[in-house]
Amino acid sequence: MADATTKDPLLKVEELQAWYGESHILHGVGFEIGRGELVTLLGRNGVGKTTTLRSIMGIVGKRSGSVRFEGQETVGRPSNIIARLGIAYCPEERGIFSSLNVEENLMLPPAVKPGGMSVEEIYTLFPNLKERRRSQGTKLSGGEQQMLAIGRILRTGANLLMLDEPTEGLAPVIVQRIGEIIRQLKQRGFTILLVEQNFHFAATVADRHYVMEDGRVVDMIVAADVEKNVGKLQAYLGV
Amino acid sequence: MLDIFSIPLPALFGQLLLGLINGAFYAMLSLGLAVIFGMLNVINFTHGAQYMLGAFAAWLLLTNLSIPFWASLVLAPLIVGLFGVLIERLLLKRIYHLDHLYGFLLTFGLSLVIEGLFQWKWGSSGAPYPSPIAGGYNLGFMFLPAYRGFVVLAALVVCLATWYGIERTRLGAYLRAATENPTLVQAFGINVPRLITLTYGLGVGLAALAGVLAAPIQQVSALMGTNLVLVVFAVVVIGGMGSIMGSIVTGFGLGLIEGFTKVVYPPASNTVIFVVMAIVLLVKPAGLFGQTK
Repeated sequence: MADATTKDPLLKVEELQAWYGESHILHGVGFEIGRGELVTLLGRNGVGKTTTLRSIMGIVGKRSGSVRFEGQETVGRPSNIIARLGIAYCPEERGIFSSLNVEENLMLPPAVKPGGMSVEEIYTLFPNLKERRRSQGTKLSGGEQQMLAIGRILRTGANLLMLDEPTEGLAPVIVQRIGEIIRQLKQRGFTILLVEQNFHFAATVADRHYVMEDGRVVDMIVAADVEKNVGKLQAYLGV
Repeated sequence: MLDIFSIPLPALFGQLLLGLINGAFYAMLSLGLAVIFGMLNVINFTHGAQYMLGAFAAWLLLTNLSIPFWASLVLAPLIVGLFGVLIERLLLKRIYHLDHLYGFLLTFGLSLVIEGLFQWKWGSSGAPYPSPIAGGYNLGFMFLPAYRGFVVLAALVVCLATWYGIERTRLGAYLRAATENPTLVQAFGINVPRLITLTYGLGVGLAALAGVLAAPIQQVSALMGTNLVLVVFAVVVIGGMGSIMGSIVTGFGLGLIEGFTKVVYPPASNTVIFVVMAIVLLVKPAGLFGQTK
């Protein structure tokens, strides 16, 4: 497997295995992300992309192997400690709290490091959220809920953002808007690990792509080589 | 005109006021139960015993160390709350992943053990606790002891402060969010197990505070919580499991209904709350303020 990564990766995953109860989902995942990079995990449904994010975050039943963030081993530590190292997670189901209003949802994750975005900056990025800040979180549209789910992890100072299918089920114009926001976040220096089904969307934002099959990373393609690997990618993704 | 439907007004107002005082205790106790159930998903059957422990703590502090009521009002809930923290850390946290039934068995068993120990040591006849506020007011239709008036006000303040803390503060937002999705809240960097422990301590502390307030009104005895807590469970069911405002409103409301029944048809006064519970469960199974999950 070709590896064109930095000498000092922000996140390095090796031989990661994970289980939900009796089912063995990840069979030795390995990849790494350099500082400021935007990397995607691609693959068909059920290959373990979401489980990989959840394992990095420490919220699967059982895991083994190694996940080092800024050189520190995180396997075996509880998720609240992992979050405090500077990893933030935006789940596929968005996880907006219905008993909290928009602003309370936005303010919920505690700051873990200095240098997070201010609430005003986040409202500038997502003006809809400011308008509806007194609404119940789950009363927002799907696109607004997605923006809230992304917005609330920008405040905390976390430098690695893990976004799980942020475009799922959204209208094309909203997908485009989320693409712009993700590019802006990269420009601001955030390191981003993106899980996507929508390859066309992923191709417009990412530096590199890791391809997963059956609970393993099986290939890595840098953005510049995507054109000549279209056939191979289509075979991987089954499109 | 001094009577409506041949009920003398002084008797009516008198009973309503007594109902309000009972309601104050129902509200405080069901509030603690609701907070605990919301966060831990455990129905805390030890609540009555913890209420009794609050009263006993105040009585023991007074008789052994001459610590007055007003200091006990703070000290007793702290002591009993810490005891609650220990119970959560040592016992409850081991059963969260199991069926509700285990939480019931554990907390019910605990209350039997605690009440049994206190009955063995101090008997069941009860000890008096002197009222910290003497005197009272003649309201025309009845004489209101000043202390009972204070109890109603104190209960209102405690209930509203708890509601404010949960619905309007940052810590309360953590609590509400962790009730919905503890995994995600923990993945944001919040120590959810500690939050759960604190919540249980807070709920138990509220029960103990109600116990301290009850000490000058009732006899301080090992079984003072058992009968009360039965009514309080009915209140929680009527209000809706886990609803904060629901517990407060239903607590005071049912106290009043009970008082009213005592005037209209006294024999039903002990059962009226359970009749209301049956009706509410038929019409709105999730309770008046509850949401179906």
